[in-house]
Amino acid sequence: MTELSKSGAAMTEPVKDSRPPSAFLEVRDLKVHFPTDDGLVKSVDGLNFTLEKGKTLGIVGESGSGKSVTSLGIMGLHTAGQYGKRKAQISGEIWLDGTELLSADPDYVRKLRGREMAMIFQDPLSALHPYYTIGQQIVEAYRIHNKVDKKTARRRAVEMLDRVGIPQPDKRVDSYPHEFSGGMRQRAMIAMSLVNNPELLIADEPTTALDVTVQAQILDLIRDLQKEFGSAVIVITHDLGVVAELSDDILVMYGGRCIERGPAEKVFYEPRHPYTWGLLGSMPRLDREQTERLIPVKGSPPSLINIPSGCAFNPRCPYADVPKDNVTRTVRPELSEVGSQHWAACHMTQEQRERIWIEEIAPKL
Amino acid sequence: MARGTAAGPRAVLAYLIRRLFAAAVMLVVIILVVFGIFFLVPRWAGVDPATMFVGKQADPAAIEAVRQKLGLGEPIFVQVWEFFKGLFVGRTYASGGDVTNCAAPCFGYSFRNEQAIWPVLTDRFPVTLALALGAAVLWLIFGVAAGVLSALKRGSLWDRGAMIVALSGVSLPIYFTGLLSLAIFSYGLGWLDAQYVPFAESPTGWFGGMILPWVTLAFLYAAMYARITRATMLEILGEDYIRTARAKGLREPVVIGKHAMRSTMTPILTMFGMDLGALIGGAILTETTFSLPGLGQAVLTAINTKDLPIILGVTLITSLAVIFANLVVDLLYAVIDPRVRLS
Amino acid sequence: MITQRTTGRRKQAVAAAAVVAALLSTAACGGGDDKNEGGGSKNGAAGFDAANNKAAQASLAKKGGTLKFAGVQDADSWDTTRGYYGFAWNFMRYYSRTLVTGNAEPGAAGAKLTPDLATSTAKVTDDGKTYTYTLRDGVTWEDGKPITSQDIKYGIERQWAQDVLSGGPVYLKDILDPKGEYKGPYKDKSKDKLGLKAIETPDAKTIIFKLPQANSDFEDILALASSAPVRQDKDTKSKYGLKPFSSGPYKFESYTPNKSLVLVRNTEWKASSDPIRKAYPDKITLNLFTNANDMDQRLINGDYDLDINQTGMSPQGRTTALKKHKANLDNPVSGYVRYAVFPQSVKPFDNEHCRKAVIYGADHESLQTARGGPVAGGDIGTNMLPPSVPGAEGQKYDPYESATTNKNGNVAKAKEELKACGKPNGFKTTIAVRNNKPVEVATAESLQASLKKVGITVDIDQYDGAQTSGIIGSPANVKKKGYGIIIMGWGPDFPTVQGFGLPLWSGKYILESGNNNFALIDDKTIDGLFDSYVKELDEAKKVELSTEINHKVMEGGYYLPFVFEKFVNWRGSNLANVYTTDNYSGQYDFVNLALKK
Repeated sequence: MTELSKSGAAMTEPVKDSRPPSAFLEVRDLKVHFPTDDGLVKSVDGLNFTLEKGKTLGIVGESGSGKSVTSLGIMGLHTAGQYGKRKAQISGEIWLDGTELLSADPDYVRKLRGREMAMIFQDPLSALHPYYTIGQQIVEAYRIHNKVDKKTARRRAVEMLDRVGIPQPDKRVDSYPHEFSGGMRQRAMIAMSLVNNPELLIADEPTTALDVTVQAQILDLIRDLQKEFGSAVIVITHDLGVVAELSDDILVMYGGRCIERGPAEKVFYEPRHPYTWGLLGSMPRLDREQTERLIPVKGSPPSLINIPSGCAFNPRCPYADVPKDNVTRTVRPELSEVGSQHWAACHMTQEQRERIWIEEIAPKL
Repeated sequence: MARGTAAGPRAVLAYLIRRLFAAAVMLVVIILVVFGIFFLVPRWAGVDPATMFVGKQADPAAIEAVRQKLGLGEPIFVQVWEFFKGLFVGRTYASGGDVTNCAAPCFGYSFRNEQAIWPVLTDRFPVTLALALGAAVLWLIFGVAAGVLSALKRGSLWDRGAMIVALSGVSLPIYFTGLLSLAIFSYGLGWLDAQYVPFAESPTGWFGGMILPWVTLAFLYAAMYARITRATMLEILGEDYIRTARAKGLREPVVIGKHAMRSTMTPILTMFGMDLGALIGGAILTETTFSLPGLGQAVLTAINTKDLPIILGVTLITSLAVIFANLVVDLLYAVIDPRVRLS
Repeated sequence: MITQRTTGRRKQAVAAAAVVAALLSTAACGGGDDKNEGGGSKNGAAGFDAANNKAAQASLAKKGGTLKFAGVQDADSWDTTRGYYGFAWNFMRYYSRTLVTGNAEPGAAGAKLTPDLATSTAKVTDDGKTYTYTLRDGVTWEDGKPITSQDIKYGIERQWAQDVLSGGPVYLKDILDPKGEYKGPYKDKSKDKLGLKAIETPDAKTIIFKLPQANSDFEDILALASSAPVRQDKDTKSKYGLKPFSSGPYKFESYTPNKSLVLVRNTEWKASSDPIRKAYPDKITLNLFTNANDMDQRLINGDYDLDINQTGMSPQGRTTALKKHKANLDNPVSGYVRYAVFPQSVKPFDNEHCRKAVIYGADHESLQTARGGPVAGGDIGTNMLPPSVPGAEGQKYDPYESATTNKNGNVAKAKEELKACGKPNGFKTTIAVRNNKPVEVATAESLQASLKKVGITVDIDQYDGAQTSGIIGSPANVKKKGYGIIIMGWGPDFPTVQGFGLPLWSGKYILESGNNNFALIDDKTIDGLFDSYVKELDEAKKVELSTEINHKVMEGGYYLPFVFEKFVNWRGSNLANVYTTDNYSGQYDFVNLALKK
């Protein structure tokens, strides 16, 4: 049974329980594997989390850590339209508002898409169809789930464009994506995602393709809209700065698994995993020169076909030899509670980590 | 902000005028080249073209007369000028007391059998047009459908089978598939009497006679189109906006049929315009194999018999068809893809 | 006459010859499985070679029906003045009549002249310089008006208008107006446009030809289609070929060049006025194909009755027909001789021994095989006179023993000749061959291989076949290119030594362009023999002279004949009264073809 944290976004250990959870969204032991000629790619390998309405969860990790695969898994987009390719193998449970999606009728899930759950993609230029006007695309999104005539839908589109801050929305509604600037396109994309008031909004790297100045505007917009619509939001990013702005809770992924999660302030100010330290170290800060970054994560992300034995992070971890008996290279660390609603998967003892954080890492950040 | 892709009618008109002017220049160049090949190349090879037009008993007077009649004495640009003058205002031919007035559009008279070229073109053009259009409809439907299915069932038995058939379709020449289909369906099984009957004589006979040529010609192109459709479709299916369409909750048939197809059709339509244009100029091999009295057959006979006026007439029609098809494709392209501007 | 198909129809591999031979031998043992085999059945085909020089199923001829011709080559012109294709002349008898014409009889009898528009053959006077004819009663044009002697004169005069009406034979122009004084009817200042002095028309029924010099073949030339009458008010000049005005039993209903032609009955024609034409079918159609295989298949299917081009079936159709429908085939001699010729302007072919070295060195059987073998190719050619020409001796005259002792080449003899020529170690030369005739290329390759054995090295130059007259018809060009050997073929315009050999062997016919005397023979003896021939009115003596000319040509070693050409011709099962005629070099005589039903 899940115990809700005060923040409302609770993290639970896997519970073998087929009863519908009380949380709005609960992911249990989610695994997404892709068979390839080279072997099985374990993109997501046992992920758990919950999310309540009105709250925001930030999923952070390098590319290839499995964060985008997770979001597409929730949306059911691994199974829709995968023609001829070898099918993704998905297991676990995804409960959305009391319904398990992985075992549900695909057409039922399709109907949820766009209405109950919507998604904002990284690059709005490629994510919008180049041959249709913004208006046509929003109208289409609206009319799939609402039996209204085109005029009403168009009014709704203009209204949404207005809401996301596009000037002259009644004119711009007839523009094509290529006629918009990058920030405007992302606003339009957001307008399209929110046109059906979805209860779950997944933003996959919503600002990566944008200018720094525009990034802040878009993040503000997402936050404002979330307050207004009361949706649950998952923000997927490699940029801790983005989640810092938005998230109530943070989930750090590495090699297809969660290695640390907890309330945002905890993960930021008391991180308990060396990988999170690395992420924090590589975070650009306005008050510091980029060259002064101290602890970049060295090396490259692990192969998802041959995940290193033991702790997946061990080849890159500066502290891999701190625990005794080579345990980091033989035993996979499980998540353990390191504070209230704060979990991390590391072989170092709580004390070792606290000491390293306070003495070695934090001062340099 | 870049606004106004929906180019105003004035922009379209200016564009059209520009294109038509370029087309006219191109036509003049083409005609010059044909004249050049016809008159200059034999001269360089040391052959007197006039001797090709007299009989076995080469009467010197006849050779000289032919030389005059063909205008071999005159510079090429004078001949080209006369030719174009004939097209627009008509011209008069006079040789040895034989005077002929040729009203515009005057494409001249055959060197070989003295028939006026314009009626030849108007007589044969519909045959070629029917062949090209009928085949085009078939190959567009079947080629694109096979390509889409193959893309959606990539790696399946259907896909592999279809692509092997497509490969053979692309690589087998029409005189092979044509003769084979004739041997099987016409001579062998006797299902189709693959013989051209004018439409006016018997619409059903016409249709029956056109089936094999249509199918044979369409097979070649359908194979090509299937391959291209498959490749394009696979590429498009990987596009982000297709994922977006699915994320909206669209049904899969709509995702494929609307979002993916519209993008897939862009390169296909470009190709289609070119191919159709070229075919309207004469599907020489198909017409020859099935003895269809179209433009291609006329030009082949004309080349064999060095009948310049027919070659010129067909070349002009072919060029016009290609230029027109290109223009239509460019306009269509701008309609389909709003990113393309008419400039 | 020109019977070549410019489309390069006669594509056949050397191997095809073997197939044909094998098929023939099996079929000869009753191998054919066609129901109609056995010959002479009422609805079936008459049998193999049943119409070769004899009339097949003449008794089954019925009046009426549509006679359907197919073809891959349209006539060069249907204008009687301008046509030069043999099949066109053959077909023209449907809609045009001449003073005299070939008998409507099989074989050699078909080449004998018989009166047509005239009441009798010519009354020849003045030592063969005056020919007088009287016209029959009741001969009419398609509008019912009578055909007059003036119409005939006008028709002949049109040959002088070469600037407008090029393409046809111009023998009469050379014979009647050797000095070229007459400028043709279109430039004729006289009112009736009948200014040619050599022809007199004292009245509408009489026509008199006055020859400056006698020509014993004059009447044969008057039998050519180019001597047919043309009516002045119906003369559309260069466009006349699109719709000639009929003097025969059929008239043009429609004609689209390279596409189709339809003849219907000329209701004004009276059978009583015409001793030749039976006019069996009601309608005659011609459909033109571009795919020879397709056409052959349709002939075999019975969709069409006859190939108008009369050059034989294409290899594919021939194989099928020999296997399954042998009773529908004839294997006539085409009148063509296929040969190699040695221009004397190209060294060392100025020396007759070098020429003979090539003749002896050649493997004649291999050349025959390259031509298609004994059936599709023909018998080994031993001399230059086609068997259908009076005076020809066929293989009996074989001066180089090409069909017997030396049939596979005689290296020793060839070397002997080379020594006599002063080139004991051989020499190098070039063969010129049309690139659009695979069979000719095959013969060139055969020749190349056998000549190598005697030390003669040859290059093969394949030139654009469509430019034949421009390339090898210019002696200057031949010399420049060093064409020591030219591969060609020739058939008679009319079946006499003059109709066949004059342009090839007479010194007077060496032309700067459009030359056909490729060997550049300028031999006083031969020219003298031709002179005697044209003056000789006695048939028996003409035959003798003809033989002698042939011997002189062969003795000079100017030519290496390959074959007396034969071809495999299809005869539709529904045809009656079918026979080949020497008048048109082994083609079926079209004029009296009939249908069985």
